[in-house]
Amino acid sequence: MSSAVYDKVKELLIDKFGVSEDEVSPEATFSDLDLDSLDLVEFALAAEEEMGVRISDEEAEQLDTLDDTVKLLEKKGATVEGAG
Amino acid sequence: MTADIAITGLGLVTPAGIGVESSWQRILSGRSAAAKDPNLAGIPIDISCRVADFDGNELLGRKVARRLDRFVQLGLVAAREAIDDSRLDPQTWDGARVGAVIGCGMGGAATWEAQHTTLIQKGPERVSPLLIPMLIPNMVAGHIAIEFNANGPNLVTATACTSGATAIGVARDLLRTGACDVVIAGGAEAGLTPLSIAAFGQMHALSARVDDPASASRPFDADRDGFVAAEAAGILILERAEDAAARGATVRARLIGYGASADAHHITAPDPDGVGVGLAITAALDAADLTPDEVGHINAHGTSTPLNDAAEGRVINRIFGDDAPPVTSTKGVTGHSLGAAGAIEAAFGALTLERGRIPPTANLEKQDPEITLDVVSGAPRETAVDVVVSNSFGFGGQNGVLVLARA
Repeated sequence: MSSAVYDKVKELLIDKFGVSEDEVSPEATFSDLDLDSLDLVEFALAAEEEMGVRISDEEAEQLDTLDDTVKLLEKKGATVEGAG
Repeated sequence: MTADIAITGLGLVTPAGIGVESSWQRILSGRSAAAKDPNLAGIPIDISCRVADFDGNELLGRKVARRLDRFVQLGLVAAREAIDDSRLDPQTWDGARVGAVIGCGMGGAATWEAQHTTLIQKGPERVSPLLIPMLIPNMVAGHIAIEFNANGPNLVTATACTSGATAIGVARDLLRTGACDVVIAGGAEAGLTPLSIAAFGQMHALSARVDDPASASRPFDADRDGFVAAEAAGILILERAEDAAARGATVRARLIGYGASADAHHITAPDPDGVGVGLAITAALDAADLTPDEVGHINAHGTSTPLNDAAEGRVINRIFGDDAPPVTSTKGVTGHSLGAAGAIEAAFGALTLERGRIPPTANLEKQDPEITLDVVSGAPRETAVDVVVSNSFGFGGQNGVLVLARA
């Protein structure tokens, strides 16, 4: 999987959440990355700041894999600065 | 049940160094750790004693460290060293019998300030959900429990600059009542933020020697003008002496007495007559079943403020007489680490007993003529010491005094 949104999610996880690059894959769950429900709220705040879309608490609770997350962000019209 | 408590592990993260040995060497050198602090740029008093080169990401891993305020990072690193030193194994110990009591005066001040800025600049919906678990002071004990499988009584003591000593005193009680078999005890503080340092400055509590920071913390010196704020963590592993003996532990020193009191006088100024401080020292000596002449060394609170050092000197003279034992204040080197101070100084007291060396008081060039104590200065004094008294006094008039003895 490769998209500007996926790349941005990956970057956020590495830069802000201390996740190592080799842990990140579309199938990885937040739990696989040792991120808990508080981290998910943090992630939603960071995604809003970086990609201009808001993930509601209800939506955040449903998120499982990074693939799900990227799809939700794309559906909501996430934009990544500098990406085509 | 014996009153004797064994100190079987030490851990230090201080402005004097990361780790017990590097801290102790710097303490013996008598060279102050105070320096200009870039994080305090724009604040009138822009000097402090930081733990230079402390990188929580490197020592704890980024995934762990990013969820922790710095005071918890310092505390975890010190706890890890202390537990390693004790040769107890958190993987196999009976966690239900292991307590943690840590002193902290301020909690996650830096996190609070950063998130307050977010609130003002970006609004409430951008405030981090991790703010509360990062800032509340009890979290340092909570994280120690999580990290080291310690399911016993777990709490943080807040008695301002006495917090670390109070924690060790409370830990002693948990062991003496049988509530715990092991207590991870100490203090952690990292409150060197622009807001808190500006506020200490407004109280005129800080040294204004911003152009010569290395000389700013000068306990008992005639030209002292305030303390230098510091960050630090110090952790002691405490067990009942018979338990430590039964498992063949190396005992670094013993904790044989603790006394606590309140000045009931003023929110920040010490009682000039030192009534409350005297009560705490006397209670600690009574608990240890000692008379003042049996004490070989006093690790003073010695903050380098004009009022504290004068009042402390008078109380020591009143209780210990004109030939009071040699006194030192390690705050000349470390600055004043507030809620951690009582714990790191208990560790320095234990090292003095273990190694027969009383550290010098940094920057003591011209002793205040009103303070007629034998203050060790210049170089470490090589002398066998059997008993050390460690004083801690806090805003709010809260006093805690520990009595330590050679193993």
